[in-house]
Amino acid sequence: MRNEINISNKMDWVTVAIYMALLFFGWLNIFAAVYDTEVNKNLFAATLDFGTMPLQMKQFIFIVTSLIIILVILIVDMRFYETFAYVIYAVIMFLLLLVPVIGKEVAGNKSWLGVGAFGIQPSEFAKFATALAVAKFIGSVGFRMDNIRNQVILFVIIGIPVVLILLQKDFGTAMVFSVFLLVFYREGQSPFFLLTGVGMAIIFILTLLVKNNWILFGIIGGIWMMVIYFNRKRKLKQLIIITLGAIVLIGTMQSVEVIFSKLPQHHQKRILVMLNPDSDPTGYGWNVTQSKIAIGSGGVTGKGFLKGTQTKFDFVPEQSTDFIFCTIGEEHGWIGSLLVVGLFMTLLLRLLFIAERQKSRFARSYGYAVASIFFFHFAVNIGMTLGLFPVIGIPLPFFSYGGSSLWAFTTLLFILLKLDAHRGQVLERL
Amino acid sequence: MNEGRREIVQIIFVFVGILFAIKLFFVQILDDRYADLASSNAILREVEYPFRGLITDRNGKLIVFNTPEYDLLIVKKDVKDFDSAKFCSVFGITQEQLRGYAKDYKLRRAKKEASDVKPAIFMRQLSNLDFARIQERIDEFSGFEIQPRTTRAYATHALANSMGYVSEITKRQLERDTTKIYRQRDYIGQSGLEAFYEKALSGKRGVRFKFKDVKGIEKGSFLEGNLDTLSVPGKDLTTTIDIALQEYGEHLFKGKVGSVVAIEPTTGEILAIVSGPSYDPTLLTGRNFSSNFGIISSDTTKPLFTRPLMAMYPPGSIFKIIQTLIGLEEGVLRYETRFPCDKSLVKCHNHPSPADLHGAIQYSCNPYFHQAFRRIINQNKSPNTFTDSRIGLDHWREYVLRFGLGTTLGVDLPSEKGGQIPSSRLYNRIYGEGRWKYSTIYSLSIGQGEMLVTPMQMANLAAILANKGHYYTPHLVREIGDDPINTTRHETGIDTAYYTFVTNAMTDAISGTAPRALIPGMTICGKTGTAQNPGVDHSVFMAFAPKENPKIAIAVYVENAGWGGRAAASVASLMIERYVTGEVKRPRLEEYVLGNDFGDVPKRRKPDEVVIEIP
Repeated sequence: MRNEINISNKMDWVTVAIYMALLFFGWLNIFAAVYDTEVNKNLFAATLDFGTMPLQMKQFIFIVTSLIIILVILIVDMRFYETFAYVIYAVIMFLLLLVPVIGKEVAGNKSWLGVGAFGIQPSEFAKFATALAVAKFIGSVGFRMDNIRNQVILFVIIGIPVVLILLQKDFGTAMVFSVFLLVFYREGQSPFFLLTGVGMAIIFILTLLVKNNWILFGIIGGIWMMVIYFNRKRKLKQLIIITLGAIVLIGTMQSVEVIFSKLPQHHQKRILVMLNPDSDPTGYGWNVTQSKIAIGSGGVTGKGFLKGTQTKFDFVPEQSTDFIFCTIGEEHGWIGSLLVVGLFMTLLLRLLFIAERQKSRFARSYGYAVASIFFFHFAVNIGMTLGLFPVIGIPLPFFSYGGSSLWAFTTLLFILLKLDAHRGQVLERL
Repeated sequence: MNEGRREIVQIIFVFVGILFAIKLFFVQILDDRYADLASSNAILREVEYPFRGLITDRNGKLIVFNTPEYDLLIVKKDVKDFDSAKFCSVFGITQEQLRGYAKDYKLRRAKKEASDVKPAIFMRQLSNLDFARIQERIDEFSGFEIQPRTTRAYATHALANSMGYVSEITKRQLERDTTKIYRQRDYIGQSGLEAFYEKALSGKRGVRFKFKDVKGIEKGSFLEGNLDTLSVPGKDLTTTIDIALQEYGEHLFKGKVGSVVAIEPTTGEILAIVSGPSYDPTLLTGRNFSSNFGIISSDTTKPLFTRPLMAMYPPGSIFKIIQTLIGLEEGVLRYETRFPCDKSLVKCHNHPSPADLHGAIQYSCNPYFHQAFRRIINQNKSPNTFTDSRIGLDHWREYVLRFGLGTTLGVDLPSEKGGQIPSSRLYNRIYGEGRWKYSTIYSLSIGQGEMLVTPMQMANLAAILANKGHYYTPHLVREIGDDPINTTRHETGIDTAYYTFVTNAMTDAISGTAPRALIPGMTICGKTGTAQNPGVDHSVFMAFAPKENPKIAIAVYVENAGWGGRAAASVASLMIERYVTGEVKRPRLEEYVLGNDFGDVPKRRKPDEVVIEIP
């Protein structure tokens, strides 16, 4: 009779409430982003033709379908997700493989599969599939993170989608998978990887900013000495790993110029614009400048719902997708922005809390994967609109317009809630 | 061991959240720069279009320039109190026409090609006259504005195919444009020089940032204009074309199909490049572009097809010149080598036999070159005759390629064709490896068979003969802006003495085969030819003049005009006279050319241009 427990009693209603709040606020915001005083007077437009429907109506359809997805996820037996994790992973990878072959092009990016006006982006679903596969592997009997072979397998699991997505030239979505380092770290991977990963990113940017190599050597040397000092009681092996890390960092530094010149031109420009927004104010700097003007003009309380001007007249490109946060900043000001940031922070911390209370390693690492993926999208997307991060086209969960991403994030989240609701039925296996 | 890691992850999350809160605080509350732009002000990005580069001929005469045009734009959300009667009277249109424009705009809006908030085209290309009247009263119509742009204008009715045309960028071009320079409605070179030198001609757009208030009135520039960029005008092109010669060539070519290419041998500069039939370039500009383009592109005579670069024909007898040079250089032929005119090998006409090499060129003896080419191909490098033919053909082909045949020359125009010089690989594919020998491929000896050349390559061959062994890549542009173009010199590697020999023979050949080409007071070297064709043969002539100090090398193809000594030789001769002496003193020959009656050609085919059945 275990399967017949009442799921509503065990459901984490806090998360569900945050989810609903984000969904609702996000939807109103898409309406605001596309709102035009002459055309879209109604929240619910009266057309049923999907092709010409206003965006907020399409998004409404996506939201309703999300609710159906949630229902399905909750009905399916909780053991399904762990048992079929690899199968789900394989299917999605196969779809990814199909995209370059039979995919269709939307706005210059060939990352869609589908028929007619309806299409999905398998790359969005690759996130939860990979999360499941990673969690299943970490949760397998006898798994030890300090085993080199296991670590290699983990990197292969996240490497396959990265390569397939890079084939679609979707640089942003591919980068999302780097956040699995957080999951590995939590499950006992040496901090070497996380530190080196973060270190490489920092050094990459520092090298582009600081032209003098000796200052850089100084910075890296200083950090290295500090780490050695704090680890002085640890074993020799650790010191070797740390030194290895420093060598990798210096190697990164030396190869930055080379790697940078190999990047596609528009990525180079986006990175340079982040470092110095005035370097290309009319080109790639335009998005960031306009985005900041829109957000900045919101002031403390904002201009009010549907009263924004900057985000109405196409000043900010991609204002309903990647730059959706501008509309919030402009119409709801600092208070509204803080509310959204706060909602996300609550969600993220709640997800960590849920992950930690799981009794199986599978569920816990899946929980961490979910939290980390949400975190990456949240940090990079808002960071980009604020000019803190290069312009990388990844959506803000529940806010950016789009069916695939909404369904993918919903799936990601509710599988965790399903696992969480049944955590009492799992034998301790930590 | 993993204790504490949970906290570290939490710290990372919280750190980013706090970072955002602080950054938002700075951007939204502390930074006045952004607050200043609040509520009623918006920044507008105004594009400043650069002037497209001008195109002049080799003597500095302007051939392509710019002329202003005005489009009427509509911003639908700003249109208020629209008075259609007043609109019609100001713009000089009927209610009917206005409804047509409105319908067209509505259609584009439905297709999402036009938006309600951004300026969209309402009426295209108002004429200069309209504009003067409209400009004074445009303020009476809110939501309408006039956008000045420049469009192309032409000072000549010639040179259409090589200049190419300019039109609004197509949707496909926009999608394929990786540079992201172009926007919808931008003009872009679509063919000819306009397309080949698009980057140099188009210049760089400038951008101005301006504040506009809710009423759309400009309130000055954003950040003191620090972000503004000036537009950079496109670079002017100085072409190598002699526009007077070009116009004369097109005049002579009226009613004919084919090509003329004239090159200055000492530089490789193209003096004239005639493609017939052509079109009037002034048709493909301005308000009537699309209707005219529809007519021209559906014309069955294909006026948009650039024949000098894209039409390919077998070179015919002209190719005997190259065979002679290769044979001499290989040492298998000498000036005194004689072969009998054996008509059982290939058909020929009656002339003194056996001829020596000079006589063979002069009389264009087919059996002679059949036997000479066998010597070039079969040099007994292998006891197996099949292998020997393969080695010989590939060796011969290396020579031929040095004459700029079988591959594109690198002319500065799009879509140049390279023609075809057969290799052993081609014959292996057709007949199978080791299953063909000299007797299979002998048609090549007299420039027939699987051999194709373009008129441009033939003119270049004339230039090589004029230069006695080298050529410069033929080109149409001499300077981009103030920077001269680099030209490459190519060597054929064949002894100059042999060139002197063949040019002497060519001079003698002219008086026999093409007396019409003779110009009083000037020695001209030339060779007639025929490009075989399922219908009536094409008339071909290649020449350079004056012999002692060549100033012009020319190739003329007149399709379906029969014998090369008539139509093609006459056109070439007139153009040489015109270019070298500056005037034409043979009005009767001009009349003959313009009469377009070159005799009952199929019956009177010259025997030296016998069509050979390809096995």
